[in-house]
Amino acid sequence: MKKHLLPMAAASLIALAGTPAMADGKVVVYHWFEYMPQELIEKFTAETGIDVVMDTFDSNESMLASLKAGGIGTYDVSVPGDYMVKIMANEGLLDTIAEGELSNKGNIQPQWLDVGFDPGRQHSIPYQWGSTSFSVNRDEYQGEINTTDILFDPPTELSGKINVLDSQGEVMALAALHLGIEQCSTDRDKLKALNAMLEEAKGHWASFNSDTAKEVLVSGDALAGMIYSGFSAKGREEGANIEYAFPTQGYIAWMDNVVLLKDAPNRDNALAFMDFLLEPENAAAVTIFARYAAGVDGVSDLLDDALRTLPEGNPPASAGPAVFIDVCDEQTQAVYDQIWTNVKK
Amino acid sequence: MAAGAPGGGSTVANTYEKARTWLLLPSWLVLLGLSLIPVIMMLVYSFLTKEFRGGVIWEFSLAAYDQFFFDRGLFGDEPPSIEWTYITIFWRSFWQAGTATLLSLAIGFPTAYFIATRPAGSRAIWVFLITIPYWVNLLIRTVSMKFLLRDQGPLNQVLMSLGLIDSPLHMVNTNFAVQLGLFYSYLPFMVLPIYAAVERYDFSLSEAAADLYASRWVTLRRVLLPAVKPGIIAGCILVFVPSLGSFLAPDLLGGAKNYMIGSLIEEQFKGNAGNWPFGAAASMILLTIVLIILLLFARQQTRHERKEA
Repeated sequence: MKKHLLPMAAASLIALAGTPAMADGKVVVYHWFEYMPQELIEKFTAETGIDVVMDTFDSNESMLASLKAGGIGTYDVSVPGDYMVKIMANEGLLDTIAEGELSNKGNIQPQWLDVGFDPGRQHSIPYQWGSTSFSVNRDEYQGEINTTDILFDPPTELSGKINVLDSQGEVMALAALHLGIEQCSTDRDKLKALNAMLEEAKGHWASFNSDTAKEVLVSGDALAGMIYSGFSAKGREEGANIEYAFPTQGYIAWMDNVVLLKDAPNRDNALAFMDFLLEPENAAAVTIFARYAAGVDGVSDLLDDALRTLPEGNPPASAGPAVFIDVCDEQTQAVYDQIWTNVKK
Repeated sequence: MAAGAPGGGSTVANTYEKARTWLLLPSWLVLLGLSLIPVIMMLVYSFLTKEFRGGVIWEFSLAAYDQFFFDRGLFGDEPPSIEWTYITIFWRSFWQAGTATLLSLAIGFPTAYFIATRPAGSRAIWVFLITIPYWVNLLIRTVSMKFLLRDQGPLNQVLMSLGLIDSPLHMVNTNFAVQLGLFYSYLPFMVLPIYAAVERYDFSLSEAAADLYASRWVTLRRVLLPAVKPGIIAGCILVFVPSLGSFLAPDLLGGAKNYMIGSLIEEQFKGNAGNWPFGAAASMILLTIVLIILLLFARQQTRHERKEA
């Protein structure tokens, strides 16, 4: 769930007014575009009397930039991805949720309670999680797809017909899996190998698009493309014969989380909003809308079979590990930036 | 282009003299507040130390400019050599913007001439028609352009059904698509100033030239073009400068495979790099180059005019 340029043009700020007379204040949400069904927002306002004011962003990095450029103190909650939660916590942009402040905290699935990016869930709650790898057009290519070679050393049929996400973090993480090296490596030879491999692989790529990652696959502009699991499922449901790959080398796992921002002007309403999202039926509503998975207990009973058995959500036995994107230290990040510039220069 | 005012307009100007300061105040505030201050901020930021993951530390540093001009290897500890990466990116952008400007001029000039030579009553309608597509958001138009150009898109289908080509022309994600997108995005900025200039042109001058046995080509080159030159120059600047910083067309139509100046700067603020001083420095270098080009041009222009006088 990353860039979403198209709808952004239509509106960038949606203010949703319930019934003003009943309104019991508001909560200001900084959210991804098209990631929360309208009915759910209305349900929240109907239940609590709190209006939802929503502003949207198109990438974790642009959200961070706008918060650092003065957004802190105007928003109550935001929805960063896993690694960004850690970055924001390190930057001191998050408020701490004290024990007992969230009455539904017990609904969080145990495996998502003590996560590396937010130990003990001090600042965040799960929103949705899924994976990132790539999908291949099965009308045009029938070979084996569960390997990262498809992206970085593709068969001739796919060369020049590949779209990758225009996102450094995802590309570098998948590239590291491809080479079998650790993320954010500080080993110079490994970094040089990473740089050389990516510069070579770029020759096989047609485009770097995040916001149109699904559209280029559905239209046939790209025959293989990096994509988020839910996006691929939606593309398949739109009629494209695309298959989502679970490479044996591993693939990227991610989780978006609702965080309580520092200096939230409506802190109590923000907590009510978070509690609301931890209700199984509300988390299920998001999952049905976004085609990802909720990290909340009791959701799977509320989903239909098609969603429970989604191929994009059920990796085969051959699949490699699902890894979260690591947060590099400043020095390694500088090398990563340099490699990314080399790839895109 | 603001000629003509000093001679005859003095009485009109006096009418508002007392209120002038107050009437001009909003314009001055807007110009100062919205144009100058952000530029000064960027200038200051470009000389500050970068903060990890966006932001600046208030310590003087030349690191951003160093990064632009010197290559110190993947790990930043090799002896410096000239950095070609960003020069290449700048060159690419200038080339793309230049091509788009020439395309706009080639199509825009005849269009403007055509409109200006219609009967006075219908000119407004033609100008109106030119602007209609621009009521739609630029993003939507750029995406539509991509639909038109794609391998299975209508343009290729028409060309193939006419038998002009056997297999689809590959246009999406090429430089051609970017130039076409830029040209299309900014065409009215070329047409309108030229139209304004041609409309003021006294066509009896062309007739006089013809009477004096000037060929059509000579009339165009020696009489019409010099007279409408300010409009052409304004149009070229209005197309060239925004094309230079554009990132929509390069991203959507060019596939974002190679940085343009606009996307390079965007990445520094919104992307992973989070290097605000470097983004600011790149903007400042761009601003300086454009300023120098415009100043050189203006100087050459005045020298030329003086020679003619």
